[in-house]
Amino acid sequence: MNAPLRRVGVVVIVMFGLLFANLNWIQAYKADEYRTSDYNGRVQVAEYKRKRGNIEAGGTALAVSKETDGELTFQRSYPGGAKYAHVLGYKPVNLADTGIEKSENDFLAGTSDQLIADRIKDMFTGDQTAGGNVLLTLSPRAQDAAYDQLRNNNVGVKKGAAIAIDPRTGAVQALVSMPSFDPNPLVGHNSSEAAAAYNELEQNAARPLRNRALAEVLPPGSTFKIVVAAAALENGIGKNTNIPAGPSYTPPTSGQSITNAVPSICPQSQVTLMKAVTDSCNTGFAKLGVQLGPDVIKEKARQFGFEQEDLTVGRLGEGGHGVAASRTGSMENPDGGADPAALAQSSIGQRDVRMTPLEGAMIAASVANNGSQMRPYLVRQLLAPDRTTVYDTAKPRELRRPVSSQVAADLRDMMVSVVENGTGRNARINGYTVGGKTGTAQSAPDRPDHGWFIGFALDSDGNPVSAVCVVLEEAGSGGSAEAARIAGQIMRAAIADPGGR
Amino acid sequence: MTAAATPVPSPATAGERPGARLARSRRNAELSLLVLAMALVAAYGAMVEANVLDTVTPSFWVPAAALSVVFLGMHLVIRFLAPFADPALLPAVALLNGLGVGFLHRLDLAQATPAERAELATFAGIGGRQLAWTLVSVMLAAGLLALMRDHRSVSRYAYTLGLAGIVLVMLPAVLPPSISEINGAKLWVRVGGFSIQPGEFAKLALLVFFAYYLVRKREVLSLASHRVLGIDFPRGRDLGPVLVVWAISLLVLVFEKDLGTSLLYFGMFVVTLYIATERVSWLLIGLVLFFGGAYLAYVLGEAVGGPFANFYLRAEIWLDPFGDPYDKGYQLVQGLLALGTGGMFGAGPGGGQPLLLPEVQNDFIFAGIGEEIGLFGLSALLVIYLLIVERGLRAALAVRDSFGKLLAGGLAFTLGLQVFVIVGGISGLIPLTGQTTPFLSAGGSSLMANWLLIAVLLRVSDAGRRPVTGVGGKVTRPSGGPPEQLHGAPTEVIRP
Repeated sequence: MNAPLRRVGVVVIVMFGLLFANLNWIQAYKADEYRTSDYNGRVQVAEYKRKRGNIEAGGTALAVSKETDGELTFQRSYPGGAKYAHVLGYKPVNLADTGIEKSENDFLAGTSDQLIADRIKDMFTGDQTAGGNVLLTLSPRAQDAAYDQLRNNNVGVKKGAAIAIDPRTGAVQALVSMPSFDPNPLVGHNSSEAAAAYNELEQNAARPLRNRALAEVLPPGSTFKIVVAAAALENGIGKNTNIPAGPSYTPPTSGQSITNAVPSICPQSQVTLMKAVTDSCNTGFAKLGVQLGPDVIKEKARQFGFEQEDLTVGRLGEGGHGVAASRTGSMENPDGGADPAALAQSSIGQRDVRMTPLEGAMIAASVANNGSQMRPYLVRQLLAPDRTTVYDTAKPRELRRPVSSQVAADLRDMMVSVVENGTGRNARINGYTVGGKTGTAQSAPDRPDHGWFIGFALDSDGNPVSAVCVVLEEAGSGGSAEAARIAGQIMRAAIADPGGR
Repeated sequence: MTAAATPVPSPATAGERPGARLARSRRNAELSLLVLAMALVAAYGAMVEANVLDTVTPSFWVPAAALSVVFLGMHLVIRFLAPFADPALLPAVALLNGLGVGFLHRLDLAQATPAERAELATFAGIGGRQLAWTLVSVMLAAGLLALMRDHRSVSRYAYTLGLAGIVLVMLPAVLPPSISEINGAKLWVRVGGFSIQPGEFAKLALLVFFAYYLVRKREVLSLASHRVLGIDFPRGRDLGPVLVVWAISLLVLVFEKDLGTSLLYFGMFVVTLYIATERVSWLLIGLVLFFGGAYLAYVLGEAVGGPFANFYLRAEIWLDPFGDPYDKGYQLVQGLLALGTGGMFGAGPGGGQPLLLPEVQNDFIFAGIGEEIGLFGLSALLVIYLLIVERGLRAALAVRDSFGKLLAGGLAFTLGLQVFVIVGGISGLIPLTGQTTPFLSAGGSSLMANWLLIAVLLRVSDAGRRPVTGVGGKVTRPSGGPPEQLHGAPTEVIRP
């Protein structure tokens, strides 16, 4: 019986060899994959053992971590509550993280490559250095103004957005989406309560979790006329050139006529381009669009940033909030030729034209900044845990150049005229030159119109200090005037406190 | 008879009985190895406290000391009752048992609030309970060594034990689920606050029966055969009783929903049969039966479900653990992640997150420990298990009677197979089946049964290494003697 016993001994050695080989596979070859797996709760517990860095703007801490005695050591909290919710996002225990909390997670959590020196130091000292701090470009004062004015708007609108950027740098000064939400219940360590809070927000019909400033596209209405005006200026039409107008216009292929908001706007057969912008003359721009053709308008819109699908707002060039693509939609017949009806409606920002509030602000900013559109960003600086070493300071850079400085100057004159003589009077600021364009966009046949305002403020030397876009969804009559008023308030605050850049 | 006057007309040479060359008892080697093992356990306890509590309490050595007292007691018992027993078995088992207690104590520390930690008594929590169970188990093992002065004496109870084994296996299946079912497996008998896993003991009882029966039948089983393709196959009718035992246990196990145990019994049976008959055909038949059965169960589980659904599900999880990582595959996925997080060197004793693992005190203890001691530590644990198994097989090689060979060989292989099934299961090598990890998992039944197994191995190894002429004239013929039929085995040494 000894021969089989010896063979059994060999069999056992083979079995243990298999176990050993398999453990090598798991603990050596697959170790990194398993260690960082999404399903691995250890990653999380370890993450919560380290104090997460602050998110700050203008010296105000917007996201902080406090020590608790629970299993997850540090509790995240957002002192600003709902005001900064859409910028910061949130870092919940079990739900998906969002916003800057998500895009700058590595640095905040202290696991980014840039912080390797701190981690090596920790290995020797046995400490847990906190994560790095993220400084935002936001101006707390402009954010206050945007949040308060939007919430307390005079037309009783519940949904809308406001965004302000520095035209010279692209730094976001204020970003508010309404309705907002308090992110604090979402980051509680009791995951079932957090999930309940999330589900309540998720199921809310007003969609408070949605970042309307970046992710919502709406028909831009007359604000789109700036794009069409830019195309006209580049196609031989001066700002004082007369363009055909009139009380109503019926495009050749369609029985549906385009009229002006009130009969007193451009009833004459000819108005200057300047006057058409100032008074927001629909018939003039509809005819202008048909004259220019779909390709010219679409190309100009694209040059202003329409159709871009991969824009993000966070750290410059390194992720952040995704921005929805603004669209010009179809202006052609099925056979490929121009469809004058679609073209006419698209030229006044209706039909299938859709724009994000950020795109609106970027159009105004490019006009204010001599035709140079800066890449928008939110993260001004990454600051080491010890708050002395600076790891990354934003270096503003041009995203694109939609118009020449000459065309920009003409557009600027027209937009200033809108605020000084036309539909945007509510945006005026003493001591500053303010330009802008209102928009009133039909939403759905039986719903009130959206009210838009895009604009900018120039200081006495002509330097742009702020560009802004405000949209009040389904505001109805007076919506764009109220949007202009709110935009003025935000720019006033941004002038007093320009935020970081 | 020639003038050589060899008292042992045995065909077995000294080379086949390595123990015969070693007249020394090696008890002092056992003692020093045991001290080393306990020092390791104490060091492990200190490291756990340093990592979990950030300080080493003045009483960190208490569990290790308590274990040392218990194992030293066992050492003394062996010194007197089995002086020639294998000296590596006790220290190796003591080390595993001690690390198990240490790890379970570490789980208690992790679960306790800081205030409770200071109050954590030596016998509190699952670690403390395991310590108490260790005491009971070692006392049982010592008792068995005292009662069973010659391993052949148990063969007298072979049929009784065989019957008891079947009853023990069937008991949980027959009892209502309220008494017998825990976590979907009907393996338990819960009486009052205690839950007993009768299957752990059935393993021992059935093996005694197999060994006894196969020794009696081995001539028939190995000689009368049909030759097919160069391999000798046995006659069907000789298999009757053993196949019945196997089929009953297998059927019962399907209804107890525990395929690990089923695999264990089957492997145990086939290997004992192979050792007894030296016929490779038995291994082939066994392998074909097993893989055929497993594939059939998989197909049936997919098509019919019912009692096979459980196996089908486990096979599916094994094939793609990350397919349903939060529900069905949760346990296996968490086990793999724990092992992966541990990596080569581990997080250090007390440095991991074992509480994230389901069943970490039980089925997944190897993964929980693996997260903290890493690939290197687990490899060391595997080597210790391998050492125990190979030492058991060595005892089987050395012992002179067929019954002892089969008993020790079967038990040693069963222990190795159990480690293979559970460690292979939690590491995704084979489909996961519920098994305890010998000497590590929390639970009295498993600990007691495995210590009894070690007692038998100690007894057999003592018989194997004991000089044939006896030491100091202390040759004691076991009272009653073995059953007569055992003496017919050709490798057997019959003492005067």
